[in-house]
Amino acid sequence: MNTLVLTKGVPDFREGQVSFDEDGHLERGKTPTVMNPNDKFALRAALQTKVRHGGTVSLMSMGPPGYKEILQEGMRDVYADDLYLLSDREMGAADTWATAMTVATGIEKLEETPDLVFAGFKSADGETGHTGPQTNWCLGWPLVTHVIALDIDEEAGRLRAKRLVKGDVEEIETVEADLPAFVVTDPEFEPTYRKAEHRLKHKELREKTQRRAEDYEDIVTVWDHEDLNLDPDYIGLDGSPTIVSGVDPIPKAPSEREATTVTPDDEEGMRNVLEEMEPFAAGD
Amino acid sequence: MTDDYEHFEAVVVGAGPGGAAAAATLAEAGVETLVLERGVDAGSKNVSGGLIYAEESAPYTIDSIFDGFREEAAERPISEYYIHNLAGEKVKTFDLSDIHHHDTEWCDAVLRRQMDSWLAERVHEKCRDTGGGLLTEVRVNGLLREEGEIVGVTCDEIDPITADVIIAADGVNSELARDAGLMDWEEPDEWFQGVKAVVDMDPGAVNDRFGVESDDGVAHLFSGDLFQGVRGGGFLYTNEDSLSIGTVFHLDSLTEEEAEPHELLDSLLTHPLLDQWLDGEYHEREYSAKLVPDSKKAANPSPHQGRLLLVGDAAGQMQAQGPIIKGMNHAVTAGGLAAEAFAEAKSRGNPDSAGDLYEKKLVDEGVMAKLRPQRYRMTRTLSESDLVTKVAGGVLDSAVGRAGVKLFDGAIERAFNSPFLLGMIPDTRTSYVTVPRVVGEVLGERIDAENTIEPPELDDRIGDLTYDVGDPHIELVDNSFAASGAAVAACPVSAKDFGGGCYREETVKTNGSEEKVVSLDTQPCVECGTCAVVADTEWEHPAGGKGVEFKDG
Repeated sequence: MNTLVLTKGVPDFREGQVSFDEDGHLERGKTPTVMNPNDKFALRAALQTKVRHGGTVSLMSMGPPGYKEILQEGMRDVYADDLYLLSDREMGAADTWATAMTVATGIEKLEETPDLVFAGFKSADGETGHTGPQTNWCLGWPLVTHVIALDIDEEAGRLRAKRLVKGDVEEIETVEADLPAFVVTDPEFEPTYRKAEHRLKHKELREKTQRRAEDYEDIVTVWDHEDLNLDPDYIGLDGSPTIVSGVDPIPKAPSEREATTVTPDDEEGMRNVLEEMEPFAAGD
Repeated sequence: MTDDYEHFEAVVVGAGPGGAAAAATLAEAGVETLVLERGVDAGSKNVSGGLIYAEESAPYTIDSIFDGFREEAAERPISEYYIHNLAGEKVKTFDLSDIHHHDTEWCDAVLRRQMDSWLAERVHEKCRDTGGGLLTEVRVNGLLREEGEIVGVTCDEIDPITADVIIAADGVNSELARDAGLMDWEEPDEWFQGVKAVVDMDPGAVNDRFGVESDDGVAHLFSGDLFQGVRGGGFLYTNEDSLSIGTVFHLDSLTEEEAEPHELLDSLLTHPLLDQWLDGEYHEREYSAKLVPDSKKAANPSPHQGRLLLVGDAAGQMQAQGPIIKGMNHAVTAGGLAAEAFAEAKSRGNPDSAGDLYEKKLVDEGVMAKLRPQRYRMTRTLSESDLVTKVAGGVLDSAVGRAGVKLFDGAIERAFNSPFLLGMIPDTRTSYVTVPRVVGEVLGERIDAENTIEPPELDDRIGDLTYDVGDPHIELVDNSFAASGAAVAACPVSAKDFGGGCYREETVKTNGSEEKVVSLDTQPCVECGTCAVVADTEWEHPAGGKGVEFKDG
């Protein structure tokens, strides 16, 4: 069972890492790049597949050469065998459509077609959730999204997945699909290892990967647009039909109430505070 | 029905020295062996005073099974051994080197996290070759039975596993031994409780203050009147760059006196005698606690049932006779013998006979004779009677007794060094308190020192421990003070009038009357098992990877 995980580098939006200028624009140079947090769930699903069924896991990303480090980070998490970076100036500033075209071409160029491709549920920067499904549109495989649990019947060449279908009534749907298939994991995805054999395998893979990850650069394959035989007009900025008409700074969360400062020795102020709190104390 | 379960030839539960010895020996014999350990790392749940012996008479020693153990996993070798008899500020020190070196190939100080995780790495490698291996963060919670017969184990984190042999090396609070009815938590007089502080000390300071070379170490024991009359004593062992200082008391005595274990430890730490070593400096790295079975009473003479074999603390194999304190070495021997028994039974085509074979080996190799000396059993009825204790205490304290002690100064030191006599030491106040005190008073010299160190408060000790809090694993069945009140003082992380511990005393007003009850919060639990014995609880271990994590142990 060979699988591929798609991953993306995004600005680290965590408090203390991210940096905005006075107008509220992201300062890209001052903000570190990390793996898209939602991709971790895709990694977990791929690892579960590898531990349970054997085979290989590969990681693929599109981005500048610095993304190799993102791939290394992912490699440690998923015990990846091969890493692929699609990297070229011509690919820069791509929208989801041009990205999907490029990535799908990368997948088709792989020596062996993977049985499963995993992607995380939307990126932390663009938040469209389009790239995965659009990539799959290019591949033309069955697409299963919002996956929270996954079982594979190797002999039948099929997968069974639980999907978290959100709505007014949250429900879980079980679906089946033929392999190869494209799976988008939900942040609720939980891998399970209920067999000792699987946990032993997991431990062995971790030990082997720790050693290999030191020399990760040796196992990164970098492909540019010529390697992929892609026309620059159809990729990157030129190949992106999306028109960005304007950018609004991230608005500050509006405060619904006004804050008042009361010092402990302000007797009247403190009495007002207590009066305000009274209804809550009564449980109303 | 069990056909669907995963199967291993051998499952070893617990990765302490007993489990490690068993698993390595099984793997050497080509048995497919799976080791399940509930801690985040082997050793993270394990505490010991800190000396491991290799006995000349033992068929297995830890370094005969694991090459390089002493160099890589142990702290300092212990070549000197003293006991200090304390009476007020007077001390009489005896050299116990004879008993320490008796039947001893070597003895090293150890810290369990470092030691057990080192062992676990090797165990995993050996077991991998057989198709098994070692898994951490898996809690085995009981025995799997089919038609009443034990066929495997059940776990929190993974599905049940069947095995041809199950070696329970799951420690003093063994859930498997209890599931099989081979051990209970009924009698406080079958247990000791130990608490320990690992104290930072620069290696150079250890060398200077204890007068040892950097590849050498020393052990000191303490007894006498510094522990509020509670039966037990203290110890101090030198590690590479730390000291293990602790106290061990009979649990029944601890509860009778309603003593606070952490305060008794502090009595030792702040005693003037320790000033020569601490020199006004004290930085506590870790506070820990553990129950210790008293093998004289608790060692199971037939530690097996069906496919289940118990080794180490789980079988009560902890020898504590006066100044002889040996546990890990017996666990190693038992582990080796249990493994050997299964391998032999299997090769004879009768794997189910492993238990009987193991029991026979424990006797033939002399393990049981060390754990349950016949001399103790024979003299116990008389020497532990209240009358004898009273009379002996009275005589010792009288002018006659004191004159005798003075007269037989040398003889007393020789008696302390006699394995024959130590096997008879009764568990009474006479041996633990009166003799050492009178010896200290009559023969002792005044200690001319002031110990100014201040050990941490209990809430700081708890605060410095690492916990991954899971679901509460202990349920208080009867919260009346009569049933469970003893836990408030006896629990090493609880105390009277202290709100931050596990057990608290509370007064509840109902219909005009007041009732004293006990409440429990398992968050700071160190999983020693004390409350399982002294209170009315449903006691289980936390799930794999949850609960307290010792860094030194």
